[in-house]
Amino acid sequence: MNNLFSETRAAVLATLILAIVCCGLYPLVVFGIAQAVFPNKANGSLIVDKNGVVRGSRLIGQQFSGQRYFHSRPSAAGKGYDAANSGGSNLGPTSRALAIVIKDRVAAYRKENGLKATDSVPADAVTASGSGLDPDISVRNAQIQAARVAKARGMSLQEVLKLVRANTDEPDLGFLGEPGVNVLELNLALDGVTTGEN
Amino acid sequence: MQTSGWLQLAAYIAALLAITKPMGLYLMRVLDAERKTWLDPVLKPLERVTYRVLGVKPDREQDWKQYTLAMLLFSLVSCLFTYAILRLQRYLPLNPQHFGPMSPDLAFNTAVSFTTNTNWQNYGGESTLSYFSQMVGLTLHNFVSAAVGIALAAALVRGIARHSARTLGNFWVDLVRITYYLLLPICLGFAVFLVSQGMIQNFKPYTKARLLRPYTVSVEKKAANGAALLGADGKPVMEEQTIKEQTIAQGPVASQVAIKMLGTNGGGFMNANAAHPFENPTPLSNLVQMLSIFVIGSGLTYYLGRTVKNQKHGWAVWSVMTTLFLAGVLLAWWAEAKGNPIHQRLGVAAAGGNMEGKEVRFGIFNSALFATITTDASCGAVNSMHDSFTPLGGFVPLFNIQLGEIIFGGVGAGLYGMIVFVVLAVFIAGLMVGRTPEYLGKKILAYDVKMAMLALLVLCFSILGFAAWAAVSKWGLAGLNNAGPHGLSEILYAFSSGAGNNGSAFAGLSGNTPWYNTTIGLSMLIGRFLMIIPIMALAGSLGQKKVSPASAGSFPVSGGTFVVLLLGTVLLIGALNFLPVLALGPIVEHFLMFQGKLF
Amino acid sequence: MTQKPPSLFDWHIVRPAIGNSFRKLDPRLMAKNPVMFVTMVGAALTTVAAFAALTDRGFIIQLAVWLWFTVLFANFAEAVAEGRGKAQADSLRKARKETVARRLRNSREEKVPATDLVKGDLVVCEANDVIPADGEVVEGIASVDEAAITGESAPVIRESGGDRSAVTGGTRVISDRIVIRITMERGHGFLDRMIAMVEGAKRQKTPNEIALTILLSALTIIFMLVCVTLRPFGIYSHTSFSIPVLVALLVCLIPTTIGGLLSAIGISGIDRLIRRNVMATSGRAVEAAGDVDVLLLDKTGTITLGNRMATAFVPAPKVQPEQLADAAQLASLADETPEGRSIVVLAKQQFALRGREVAQAHAKFVPFTAQTRMSGVDFPAVDGQPARTIRKGAVDAIRIHVDRLGGQFPPAVSASVEEISRAGGTPLVVAEGREVLGVVQLKDVVKGGIRERFAHLRKMGIKTIMITGDNPLTAAAIAAEAGVDDFMAQATPEAKLKRIREEQANGHLVAMTGDGTNDAPALAQADVGVAMNTGTQAAREAGNMVDLDSNPTKLIDIVEIGKQMLITRGSLTTFSIANDVAKYFAIIPAMLMATFPGIAPLNIMRLHSPTSAILSAVIFNALIIVALIPLALRGVAYKPIGALAMLQRNLLIYGLGGILVPFIGIKLIDLVISALKLA
Repeated sequence: MNNLFSETRAAVLATLILAIVCCGLYPLVVFGIAQAVFPNKANGSLIVDKNGVVRGSRLIGQQFSGQRYFHSRPSAAGKGYDAANSGGSNLGPTSRALAIVIKDRVAAYRKENGLKATDSVPADAVTASGSGLDPDISVRNAQIQAARVAKARGMSLQEVLKLVRANTDEPDLGFLGEPGVNVLELNLALDGVTTGEN
Repeated sequence: MQTSGWLQLAAYIAALLAITKPMGLYLMRVLDAERKTWLDPVLKPLERVTYRVLGVKPDREQDWKQYTLAMLLFSLVSCLFTYAILRLQRYLPLNPQHFGPMSPDLAFNTAVSFTTNTNWQNYGGESTLSYFSQMVGLTLHNFVSAAVGIALAAALVRGIARHSARTLGNFWVDLVRITYYLLLPICLGFAVFLVSQGMIQNFKPYTKARLLRPYTVSVEKKAANGAALLGADGKPVMEEQTIKEQTIAQGPVASQVAIKMLGTNGGGFMNANAAHPFENPTPLSNLVQMLSIFVIGSGLTYYLGRTVKNQKHGWAVWSVMTTLFLAGVLLAWWAEAKGNPIHQRLGVAAAGGNMEGKEVRFGIFNSALFATITTDASCGAVNSMHDSFTPLGGFVPLFNIQLGEIIFGGVGAGLYGMIVFVVLAVFIAGLMVGRTPEYLGKKILAYDVKMAMLALLVLCFSILGFAAWAAVSKWGLAGLNNAGPHGLSEILYAFSSGAGNNGSAFAGLSGNTPWYNTTIGLSMLIGRFLMIIPIMALAGSLGQKKVSPASAGSFPVSGGTFVVLLLGTVLLIGALNFLPVLALGPIVEHFLMFQGKLF
Repeated sequence: MTQKPPSLFDWHIVRPAIGNSFRKLDPRLMAKNPVMFVTMVGAALTTVAAFAALTDRGFIIQLAVWLWFTVLFANFAEAVAEGRGKAQADSLRKARKETVARRLRNSREEKVPATDLVKGDLVVCEANDVIPADGEVVEGIASVDEAAITGESAPVIRESGGDRSAVTGGTRVISDRIVIRITMERGHGFLDRMIAMVEGAKRQKTPNEIALTILLSALTIIFMLVCVTLRPFGIYSHTSFSIPVLVALLVCLIPTTIGGLLSAIGISGIDRLIRRNVMATSGRAVEAAGDVDVLLLDKTGTITLGNRMATAFVPAPKVQPEQLADAAQLASLADETPEGRSIVVLAKQQFALRGREVAQAHAKFVPFTAQTRMSGVDFPAVDGQPARTIRKGAVDAIRIHVDRLGGQFPPAVSASVEEISRAGGTPLVVAEGREVLGVVQLKDVVKGGIRERFAHLRKMGIKTIMITGDNPLTAAAIAAEAGVDDFMAQATPEAKLKRIREEQANGHLVAMTGDGTNDAPALAQADVGVAMNTGTQAAREAGNMVDLDSNPTKLIDIVEIGKQMLITRGSLTTFSIANDVAKYFAIIPAMLMATFPGIAPLNIMRLHSPTSAILSAVIFNALIIVALIPLALRGVAYKPIGALAMLQRNLLIYGLGGILVPFIGIKLIDLVISALKLA
């Protein structure tokens, strides 16, 4: 009984002392270092225009529509790219609901970008990402959209493709991950919004 | 299955292999309080103060019952602590979004979930929890549930290594030393690295970003009281809404993610977990996170070999784990890269594979790899949505969990789970060398077999029992996001993940209902603690045994034959039980998908 | 002597076994074997379902029949094993016809039935009397025919006081008269215990059997859970799994093969021991024999052929060889030990010295005692002949003897002694008066083939230790020649006991043989103590086995039998569990076919129909038990090839084989039943 009491006391005190060390000291130390060394990154890699207005985060995708912009992937986060409510569709491979939306998205993508009914559509263009906040689209997807954007903006395809290349993230260390085109940065560049870090 | 994938796989395994021995050697130092570490000048005073506050005599060792009791008491107290925080977050600091209290059932589920190292999330982090709840209520368990797992593994390994011994170490010393010397220092460096990759670490309120081009969405029109308005046809009335801003969630993510991965907790700061760009910004952060899931589990195999003075045995266990890991990765990768024939018939390019629920920066390979790793271990973090995987791609994580997460596994838990299989393998095949089965010179007798089988039974019962119940009950079916075989997979995955203390999900399942919160909560408790008790009893029993000296007649627990034997045991004893129900879930779905059947 | 086992399916054993298979269906007996009990309950459920069934009745009836067969086959295996043991026991029992004992009470003889004897009674046995119960000779000497229990026709000598005082009930006195103190009440003797054990009445599960039963029971519980939960999962999937089909799946998955054969393996292990004329007091002892990793072997009889023989006379300087031979022969004339006789023979062969009738010469023989460690002969001075004092003995004993008489021990003799010792011989120094005449070389002859046998044991990780009373030098030479791992020279019973304790403290399991009363503590301490039947009652009580042939070499056989029993158990368990893979591939597709025809590719054996698939799996599951009965009774072949090699071999045969064989078997059965239109 005595043992039970002293062990319970140790359990309570251990909870408290470890909470102070692991949940107080530790995150604050990380916070201090992060804010001192990587302030922009620690605060969300935010993109700020010349007026000091936050236009987004280079890591977080945004919804785009219309002919003049590159479109992000479909999103299941909230009503679309809700960065306070991330998530995927969680629809399975034999889901009728998923098949229906994919069918619609394929038709829409083909129509927007002037593809033939037999042309296959890049997978990322018609599927929702896991986070619903995917900042990237595949290079193939961007190349297909480039023609539409160039036409809508009256730019040459070469100019648009150059911007696409400039806003493509290559695999880390040359082989890790897949290349992706950052849609927000690309569209900002297209609109000529000059940005900086806060 | 492209070359880049093979390259990344090779790089991953090479890195894992390289890090195993140093981690194992460091574990030797951490888990033996006599040994010195280079952190002693900083941490020794803190360690001493901690013991003094706890009133613990660090040199007083405990037998298996005392050790287990201390562990259970600590888990109970810390679980209640977190439950209280979740219920009271409204009154606690660091709540810039002013989130209200969690419901009692969800708070129970969440507190249990983190205490048991499961980190199943029936809540959306960024839409439910204050920074304080995340940072204190949950992160505490990220540390201590991991430390508890490692401590238990160490106690079991001591039981194997010692002979004619009554005690297995001191729980409080193990808990404190693992937290201070192992988890904290690594997390500190790891968290800073993650920030360098773009992970956030701040206490700001959520940021509002002005969109480049506002857009409109149609949303359900709400009445003044917040209820959805219904039209004459009974359908909700929709209205156009113009979105001009994006609200970006913020928070002290990096410090929490570091331990979430290293401690194989897996509970995300954000709802989308490691798929969220703030929780996993780059492929490099992804790689290091994946490594951090396995590093302690892998190091523990070296620790095992070193401690029992049979390094080859440690490597044999490592090889079995790696083989099972590779088999899973290859199957999942193949299935995901092959994609979904139903979607391909609709015009989706086959070359892209199955991208539903996956991030472009990670692609098919890194998503399949992450899914395999996170379920080999009991991590449960996800960088893609397992629910949207192809049937065989989703089969791999589900199967990994049902094996008992013994492929490196949850920190500590993976090793002690695997040792259960080692004991069974030795018992069954050991007879075939014409002796009473011996594990490293210790005779495996009725008591040991009983405890090992009890651990298996517990896992089997809590997965199949709860899942079968849910599959035929109203509350079970109400939560489904998918119909047909995939719905069964969702249920099965939920209870496998709960009982296996994994925490990943076929996340379409709406688990945040009183029924699911309670049943999954129970399955997590059973899967953790009812599993630990027989294993600790086994540790106690092994520690008391005498050791017969090794000879040519001893059962070999290293080398290729043993590896094959252990693989066979894991697959035959551990997995066959789940085959019938898996046949009704992912296996049937696989064939139906190729027939184009929809649900 | 090893008795030939009856042919595996001897009708005299099989016929009663068939009857017993049904008798064993008694649920109280079945409950001892959880796996088969569950099978029986499943068979009963299926039978009920067959009566209730509206459709598929033919299929369900067949299923029920085969499930009952599964249970019966398992019972049959046990019954056959018991029958074989019983046949052996019956022949032992013949030796114990009801006898009338001549009990001595207050020095008066009275006739009582042997069954009335109690421990401590004294009985008299004369020529042609059957010894009524186990006991110890307290008076007299007699030759006894022990053929009834050993099968050996040559009579043996039993006498009071020595190490050959124990007699066994049921044996017959051939000559002379002895008085026996009864040491064992009827029903508790070795024979009784043995009979009880093979008949199953007193059979207790061994520790390993208990552990294995736990494993099998736990697997059974898991698979029951799997099958029970399949019903709700089936409801979700809009598939209805009928009870007979679920029972079929359950019975195929639970380890019925090993569950059905487990007790047969244990019984036949003991049976194999009896055939080698070894009686064990418990199955536990047989199992322990498999674990033994240190063997204490008596040199004499085990490693070397019987006794040492004199091979040469090495005279001291200035002594004629004949003189030495003559003295040695005289000193040995009354020495009835084999060594003594071999000296007489050698002297006769080499120098044509005839054994003389020395009694006439008023010679006084000095027997060997533990104190003097010498023997010899004294001749009084008669007829002008001077008195002679001849002694032979170990070198240090003679040295003391000669020193005391004021003589000199010649260095040359010391040299010869050492040379002989180094070569593994035993030097016996002969002295007359205070003069050392020389050395007789006695030599051990190592048994043929024993060296190879020890090498095999070494491969199995078993250490052999030779026990001998010889001096270290001699012992080392013989140890080297025989190839043992270690030896104990000049071993006393206390030293033996100490050595056993040391080995055990280091985690070893020790087996030894012994016969003398002073071996009793060591026999009791050893994990496996094999007493010689010729030994004292004390020794036989202390050990946990008795070798009726009193052949110390048999210890090695005993270890092998123990190992074989464990190997058989492990192999069949592995086989049984590995079988599940194929059964899944037979049954699962069959169960799902109706609702999900798309899973046809999973039916990799291309079985004819769902019902034929399920039936084939169940039939295979039943027949494999019968098919493996011979293996269970005979035991898996034991080869001394080292643990790793043996593991590889058995994993390949029973692990991989266990995965593949049922694929073939089920397919073949499916072909047959679909051809016969049974399903």
